Amino acid sequence: MVCLIGASGSGKSTLLRCINLLEPIDAGRIWIEGDEVTVDGVDVNAVRRRIGIVFQAFNLFPHMTVRRNVTLAQEKALGRSRGDADARAVELLERFGLGDKRDDYPDRLSGGQQQRVAIVRALAMDPDIMLLDEVTSALDPVLVAEVLDVIRELAAAGMTMVIATHEMGFARDVANRVCFLYDGRILEEGPPQQMFSEPREASTRRFLDRIIAAGRM
Amino acid sequence: MAWGPGGTPDLHASRGVPGLDPRAPLPPDGSRRSRILGGDGGGRSILIAIASTAVFFGVIGAVIVNSPGWPSIKEAFFDGEVFADSFPKILERFWVNVFIFCVAEAFVLVFALAIAVLRSLPGPVFLPLRLAAAAYTDVFRGLPTILVILLLGFGAPALELQGLPDSDLFWAIVALVLVYSAYVAEVYRAGIESVHPSQVAAARSLGLSRWQSLRFVVLPQAVRRVIPPLLNDFIGLQKDSALVAVLGGVIEGLRETQIITSARFDFTPYMTLALIYLVITIPMTRFVDWLIQRDRRRRQAGGTL
Repeated sequence: MVCLIGASGSGKSTLLRCINLLEPIDAGRIWIEGDEVTVDGVDVNAVRRRIGIVFQAFNLFPHMTVRRNVTLAQEKALGRSRGDADARAVELLERFGLGDKRDDYPDRLSGGQQQRVAIVRALAMDPDIMLLDEVTSALDPVLVAEVLDVIRELAAAGMTMVIATHEMGFARDVANRVCFLYDGRILEEGPPQQMFSEPREASTRRFLDRIIAAGRM
Repeated sequence: MAWGPGGTPDLHASRGVPGLDPRAPLPPDGSRRSRILGGDGGGRSILIAIASTAVFFGVIGAVIVNSPGWPSIKEAFFDGEVFADSFPKILERFWVNVFIFCVAEAFVLVFALAIAVLRSLPGPVFLPLRLAAAAYTDVFRGLPTILVILLLGFGAPALELQGLPDSDLFWAIVALVLVYSAYVAEVYRAGIESVHPSQVAAARSLGLSRWQSLRFVVLPQAVRRVIPPLLNDFIGLQKDSALVAVLGGVIEGLRETQIITSARFDFTPYMTLALIYLVITIPMTRFVDWLIQRDRRRRQAGGTL
């Protein structure tokens, strides 16, 4: 699991959106599992099917039930049968404690529940990689923990993830690698123990000091 | 300000459309009583309201009935016998209007959606389609409806081209469909654009194609949002079905009214037709208002995008 940290505007979200080709890139190349995805004529939809992305604002489809939110893309993009898609949806929803919410509409759920549904929706596509873009930033602190637990569980199960986050404590505990972004570039990266205790760059140190001063670590 | 097909300012066209409707906020406590009575609620308010209404309309009624011109107005516009005689005839012919606006509306809803989708197709290869759709909307929103009806109703049969129907009714419906599709296409477009781009981002990120995102995520939300303005345009279409009378060949409600009026030298049949129209349009208008209010209440309570 790679955690991207940095101030707002440093490019964390943009980087994630570039990986799943939501943002067009100006220069450089991206490889996913050995395949270059930034060549001309790449099948964008196929690439996106291999990557799950979850956004800060959940972005659930409000006109569909939770269950339909999770099964829609499975059926239409992956071509699974209704029965298979439904089974996978129910399985994942149960696993993350949302089983009894499956026939509710998103507006009946709390923020934390909606975000977990968003994660399930992405997981149901059986992606190779999960990208999580500040998924807890819009939640009030009480609900943050339940979402972090889900992410922890995914990481423990071996899912490759790139996470943009402000939750430094979480990053320190769970990440394999931490990247500090500054002004659109990766200024520094390394294992969490090194990044948080002995950052090399001055900007990194300044950023971490501010975080500590704000009581967030 | 949006302009309706009759050339008058169409305040209804932007009502209820998210982002376009700047009007009336909810009353502070949203209670039904304060809305109707304008007061605090309670028995005394109801009595005052009834008394005030009775006095107000009673005075107006008395003034009208006692004015010097009233007898001749009554005879020319409100003659009971002419009303009773004309009502069944006009009502029977009104069914032609009902046929016209129902058929036209069915085509308008589909055709306008196609135009709205054409206008939103992205990429340079679709430019001609976007331009064609934009030109279509500009032209048919810019022409008086009656002009289009005359043009097609008299002009098309005059071409005597093979395969083109001669019937006035056919061309009248075609004209109404062409004109109203232009307005409704804009309504759909506003609805589509009001769906937040993050919805599209989420759909595309799941691997859904552009078309699948449009069909399963954007359009269901867009259409649901613009039901009030769609209904308003339907009411406009119902009224404009009367324009068909100008062709002469279709005996619908207004044409029948004109025929009876000139036979009887009395204008009461116009009032008869007016009553029939109001019986249909007013409940629908109230229904649309109710839908808009309910929508606004939900949006303020739920706070979802």
